[in-house]
Amino acid sequence: MLWGIGAVIYKEFIHIVRDPITLFLMLLIPGIQLTIFGFAIDLEVKHIPTAVYNLDGRPESRQLVDAFVNSAYFKIVATPLSNDALVSSIVRGEAKIGLKIPPDYTDRLLLGQDVTVQLLIDGSDSTVAMQGLNVANAIALRQSLSIVSRSLNREQPPIELRPRVLFNPDMKTVNFMVPGLVGLVMQLVTMLLTAFAIVREKETGTLEQLMVTPVSRFGLMLGKLIPYACIGAIETTFVLSLMRFLFGVHIAGSLWLLAGFSLIFLFTTLGLGLLVSTIAENQVQAMQVAFVIILPSVLLSGFVFPQENMPKVIYWASQLIPLTYFIRILRGIIMRGAGFYDLWPQAAILAVIGLTVLVTSALRFRKTLS
Amino acid sequence: MPPAIVARGLTRRFGHFTAVNDVSLQIEEGDIYGFLGPNGSGKTTLIRMLCGLLRPSSGSATVMGLDTVKESEQIKRAIGYMSQQFSLYRDLTVLENLKFYARIYGLRRSRARRRIEDVIGIVGIGDYRGHLARELSGGWRQRLALACSLVHEPRLMFLDEPTAGIDPVARRELWNLLFDLAGQGVTFFVTTHYMDEAERCSHIGYIYFSNLIVSGTPNELKQLPEVTPREAVRLEIRAPRLASAMRALNSFDYVLDATIFADSLHVLAQTNTEERLQRDLAREGFGEVQVIRIPPSLEDVFVTLTRKRDTDRAGTTAPAEAL
Repeated sequence: MLWGIGAVIYKEFIHIVRDPITLFLMLLIPGIQLTIFGFAIDLEVKHIPTAVYNLDGRPESRQLVDAFVNSAYFKIVATPLSNDALVSSIVRGEAKIGLKIPPDYTDRLLLGQDVTVQLLIDGSDSTVAMQGLNVANAIALRQSLSIVSRSLNREQPPIELRPRVLFNPDMKTVNFMVPGLVGLVMQLVTMLLTAFAIVREKETGTLEQLMVTPVSRFGLMLGKLIPYACIGAIETTFVLSLMRFLFGVHIAGSLWLLAGFSLIFLFTTLGLGLLVSTIAENQVQAMQVAFVIILPSVLLSGFVFPQENMPKVIYWASQLIPLTYFIRILRGIIMRGAGFYDLWPQAAILAVIGLTVLVTSALRFRKTLS
Repeated sequence: MPPAIVARGLTRRFGHFTAVNDVSLQIEEGDIYGFLGPNGSGKTTLIRMLCGLLRPSSGSATVMGLDTVKESEQIKRAIGYMSQQFSLYRDLTVLENLKFYARIYGLRRSRARRRIEDVIGIVGIGDYRGHLARELSGGWRQRLALACSLVHEPRLMFLDEPTAGIDPVARRELWNLLFDLAGQGVTFFVTTHYMDEAERCSHIGYIYFSNLIVSGTPNELKQLPEVTPREAVRLEIRAPRLASAMRALNSFDYVLDATIFADSLHVLAQTNTEERLQRDLAREGFGEVQVIRIPPSLEDVFVTLTRKRDTDRAGTTAPAEAL
């Protein structure tokens, strides 16, 4: 049943060794991706350029402006002297937030009356707009509360929230992105390499030649998958080491559990590679088919964007993506130190999806050959 | 000794299309069986069925005494196969390619080592052992492909257009190799488009539009009554201005066919018209021409058989077209 598997593995390893460029790229690409996602991308918005048009100018109003600056979320880049100048600083892109304090700000506060402060937000960048709005709201609320408390002769507002962020206390984007990236890189490398290894044989006609030899189909398939499973395992170790030692993301949970669950994911992605190879006739097509699989994995797996906000249909679709579960597992083990009992449902679903993919592509592979 | 290949009524349909229709043939051990036919006529489909890769829609075949459907796995161990594209691993060396195939066929270590040296000797590729397959020229690649398909000592070899795109010297050398192996009792089933290669085969089959039209030795084929009708002769004429001479010949009513063949004309004419031909050509201004009676070439055989088949087909399909 496994006839010829040794010969195929032997040959496949020679292919890998003879192609040092691919081997090098396999290590370089995750390095580049980790650097970009780890260092360059920061989902947290700070120092939003802000224009302040202060018509009042007295200490009370300056206190409000100071509250904005001290939050570190806003940075004053302009102090326009007219309404038009305020608006145009936003249109020009110089500022993303405009703060307009009315001339009677201090007077009304002293008289105990309500006062309206205008906040202009550039909505063309929704992430910045959301963050700016939330922080500005919080600042206004805090200022109001302290004024009300003072009038009620209380030192502090009655309720004080004391947040404690578990597992990623500094809420660093790196800690959130990098574990997900490990999964993405694993999928990319193993899927593409497997698909290429098989499609290449279709292109050169060697697959047809193999069919006239006594090699068994199962032996041929496993002989193709096992070398790339090894590469995938090395790759995973490499990427995890980069994560740990270059980005300082500690693995809170068990390394063995991580290795075990990674293996399930690895076989799923090898299955995807096999699937791609049964669809594509040449390497260009393989690249395109692989892209069709990779794109939703990047966008819908929860790697960058939270799945909770997705429309129902998309959400259900995202639950069919293997990477969805592996990212949950990765973040669980690496960040939260989750154990087997916390994560086995994710692993079980992943295993079911993986098995389905592997069996489907194995059957399709048999058909391709005959 | 049982025949190497026996096919009985072998047919393969793909949907409504019949790729191979009712092919029966028998090939003895040690034969070099040349298989000819235009592209798309069913050659590769027939080979795939004989190798056990494709199930016949009807009919049956045995290869080395093994049933192609029930015993296809054993057949794979008994035969060698070389496709027209020399399916080698280009980034493996000559030796690694051979080792791979030796392993695929499950040769034991000591036997593998001996057989690899044997086939390296047979095809004479010893100087290139350490070279990558992609560094070899076409002729050497083809020898390596042959060596790979010989490594398990098959008694029957299928070669699918083994000389396509190979220079004439390499072609000749390959054929000498095949003769050597055939002398040792290896049977060859070779497809080709080259008539000179067909002439070298001990037996020839011609497949046209999915049907095996003829099968036999080159001499048997040349003596077929359909090829040279009883009341006709084949003549070779050496004349100046070949093209206009051909036009003139085709206008004579006793000339059935005239074609240019290198520096002469091959003519199929009614018997006892040689003198008349010389007279008529002289009158047309071609001077004193030389006319010799010749046996038909294999090309004549295939051209004639193809034409006859086409007229037969036209005759049978005409009523359907009239509807």
